[in-house]
Parts: sequence; C-alpha cells; structure tokens
Amino acid sequence: MGQHDSLTVSLRVNGEPHDIALDDPRVTLLDLLRERLGLTGSKKGCDRGQCGACTVLVDGRRVNSCLSLAISLDGSEITTIEGLAQGDTLHPVQAAFIAHDGFQCGFCTPGQIMSAVGLIREGHAGDDPERVREAMSGNLCRCGAYIGITEAVLDAQARMASDRQGEAA
Amino acid sequence: MNRFDYVRAQTVAEAVSAASEPGAAYLAAGTNLLDLMKGGVTRPNRLVDVTHLPDLDRIERLPDGGFRVGALVRNSDLAYDPTFAKAYPSVAEALLSGASAQLRNAATVAGNLMQRTRCPYFYDPASACNKREPGAGCEARGGETRLHAILGWSEHCIATHPSDFCVSLVALDAEVEIAGHEGTRKVSLDAFHRLPGDAPQHESVLTPGELIVALHLPAASAAFADHSRYMKIRDRTSYAFAVVSAAASLRLDHGRIVEGRLALGGVALKPWRAREAEVVLAGAEISETLFRQAADAALVAAKPSGDNAFKIELARRLIVRTLARAAAGTPARMPALPASAFASEKDTLHA
Repeated sequence: MGQHDSLTVSLRVNGEPHDIALDDPRVTLLDLLRERLGLTGSKKGCDRGQCGACTVLVDGRRVNSCLSLAISLDGSEITTIEGLAQGDTLHPVQAAFIAHDGFQCGFCTPGQIMSAVGLIREGHAGDDPERVREAMSGNLCRCGAYIGITEAVLDAQARMASDRQGEAA
Repeated sequence: MNRFDYVRAQTVAEAVSAASEPGAAYLAAGTNLLDLMKGGVTRPNRLVDVTHLPDLDRIERLPDGGFRVGALVRNSDLAYDPTFAKAYPSVAEALLSGASAQLRNAATVAGNLMQRTRCPYFYDPASACNKREPGAGCEARGGETRLHAILGWSEHCIATHPSDFCVSLVALDAEVEIAGHEGTRKVSLDAFHRLPGDAPQHESVLTPGELIVALHLPAASAAFADHSRYMKIRDRTSYAFAVVSAAASLRLDHGRIVEGRLALGGVALKPWRAREAEVVLAGAEISETLFRQAADAALVAAKPSGDNAFKIELARRLIVRTLARAAAGTPARMPALPASAFASEKDTLHA
C-alpha cells in the first residue's frame, strides 16, 4: 500500500503506452483523455453518467469515462473513438452511422459509436431491434436520431459477422 | 469535488485498516461515489481503492450448490453468467433492468448494495437532509414526494433504496460476507440495510472499516428457478429507477404453491421482504384472488409519506402481475426489455 504523494497512471490508449503523472487523484478518465492526451473525441455531456457521450472501452468493455477515476484504472487498455479507424478506413460501425444517418449534430456520436462497438462485442442483442434499443439506452441523442442509430448498429453487426465469416473461409 | 488522499489497498486487511479512519470511503467502480462527490453530496477525505484486491472478482459455485459472488464482480458479468442466471433468473433480470449497459459493465455487486438513495433532497446540498447532515431536518417532507417511501419510513427520512438487484436478492435469502478487524462475518441481506428511524445517516450494519467481500446465495433458493420474475414500473422503459418494483419466486406442485417469496423495491429505505404475503401464498392454490390477497397482506402497513398514495395501489397491482408472471414460468430467454411490466407476454393478468 502506498499513500501516493506523486501519482502515476500507466495506460495503453489506442495501442500506445502512456505513463501519466497526476498531481491530483481527482482526474477522471474522461478529463485525462481530453485534457492530458488531447483526445477530445470523447465528449463531456452531463459528466454524471447519464448521457453516455463519454463512452469508451476499458479492457474491451464500454463504460462511462466521466465516472471512472483515472488512477484506479492503472494498467488498463483504453480504446476511444480516435482508435477505431485504420488509417483512412473507417471502422464498420463508423461507416454504418454515416450510411444510416445515425446522427444530426454529432455531439453524442463518438459515445454512441463506442457504445455500439461494445454492444456488438458483448453479443447479447442479436438481430432484434428491441434488444439493440435496450442495450443502447445509456446513450442519449437530443437530435433524436435513434431510428438511424438502431439501423446502423444492426447493419454494422451483420457486416462484421459476415466479414469474419469471409476471413474464416 | 473535494481533495482526498488516494490509497490503493493490496490486501483486505490493508483496506480495512486504511478505511477505518474517520472520513475514509471505499472506492470500487465509483459510479455512484464519483457522482456524489462531484455534487458535493459526500466529501470523503480518503478513498481506499479496492479494485486491485485479488480474488474478489470470482463467481464460485460452492460444493453445496450455492453461489459465492465476489464483491468486485461487475453487475453485467453476474447477470450474463449462464450458470448463475439459470439458478437465480430473477436476480439476472433485476440486474439487467438497472442502470445502463455502460454502468452495469463497471458497477460492482458490493457497490450496488452500498449505493445511496436517489432522493433529490439528499442530492441537493442546499436542502436540509438528515441523512447528509444528522439533525438538519428533512425537506422532502412536504416537498416533491412522488418517488418517496410508503413503507418503513419515519418523520426523519422518507427516502427509498434505489437498487433492483437487492430486491431480487432479499427474496432469495442472500447473505453478505463482511471482512473487518476481527475477521469475517455473515449477515442476511434483509438485516444489512437499516430503516431510517431517528438516525437515517446509519444506512447499513457496517462498522467503520468493514468491507463487503462477497454475496452468498443459498442452494435452496435455486429451487425457485422455474418460477421467478422481477418486474419494475419506471418513468421510462429503460435506464430509470423504479417507481415500484417486485421480485416474486414460487415453488409449485400441481398448481399449488408450496412456497412463495415476495420482495418490493422503490417503497422503503431497504429492499422490502414481504413476509406477510408469503404466509398467504404458502400452500395455496394459484388464483388471481390469491395474488390480490397476497398483495393486500404485503401492503397492510403501507402509508403515503406525501403525495404518493398512488404508489400503494401501483404496488398492489404490480405484485399481482409479478406473481402471475412468476406462476406462468420463467421465460426461456431473458426478455428483450428485462423486468418490463408492459411487454406483451402470454398469460398476462391485467390487474
């Protein structure tokens, strides 16, 4: 145990290792990503876990980065919206959000997309739009693009499954 | 958020020692604690991080057939554990009806027990609250009380406990394993949370430094697996706290109830086990009349704490519907909308 006078948190963010010195343990993962690493894709909407705009993957699981204390996540692997595309090739979920008009103003979109990536990994929704809507209920969209979002999640999931089958064949 | 010292515990003994100091608080996922700290509702001067403790994230099936669930198991991991969910389906349904997928992925099972009330007067540091500041008074009394208690409340506090998970657990005789200075002890979940009385600041039986290390579900409670449901009325279909909720578990023999369990959520400052209703159910033949009698028995002592008399009738109807759905059988697959009382299902009894 240590009473940490100077705190360092080690994280892999989008594949890159970072050792970040913190002068204060109050830093949330969201603030660390935005303010210390310049990764401003993750958005601060409510900052209270209610809107989902800050959703990122921690060790492959979607969580609200605004309610995660960065120091506590020492040793974790973080994926943000900036880590999804391969160069100029969009991730299938990103491409599906564009194809299905899954946004209007775009503020909630990084969180929606990260949540959708997490949902597809979890694999509990299947092709049932009702289950997708239920599993996306932690992401609010004030423009009301929910119909397009649900279609995008289902389409991306189907494409990713057929891509995997194609690779396996 | 106030400044605090951050201590990362490596062993349970270190954690207990570090958290025994006045003003210390345990940090697990922090999904409720950080929210409270951001609002200045709680101001711990030391956070003891228990998320790096070894071995507390396991779901174990014990030799007697019961389950021991480590304190740090995440809500979603327990809900989707196929063996656990088969044995205690109403617990899985309750878990999946709570919060959002992101929060369930982070929040721990012990943190679920330790979450604070969502009473808006507790959350607003400008309002008087006996829970936040003992002796200050309760501004919820005479205020906006739509979501407040109808059972077990006192003039000092009319808040409710917000958990869904705990409601399903208390119906199934879950126990809490607690580590302290003197080793570990086990307390039934029913005895874990306190009613407000004249000291609503004391929310559980934990003493300073004590740490929840596991939850236990008895093997005998898996006998209800074929007839167990959790139903929750909320202001929107997903991602909302219960206005009222009910967990019902039945053991049946040819249309007769051998044993019934019933617990209510959103009605009191603790998950409310309705033992009076269980007496009515025991040995009786299934009928709508019986379920109404059970609901009446569960709510004999209910009284509004403000403008919330509607919750008594809402609870009565929800109990009837939950018992009817439990009698109809646990669904083979988790419903698309877990715990929704409005999803169309066969054998729905429109109470």
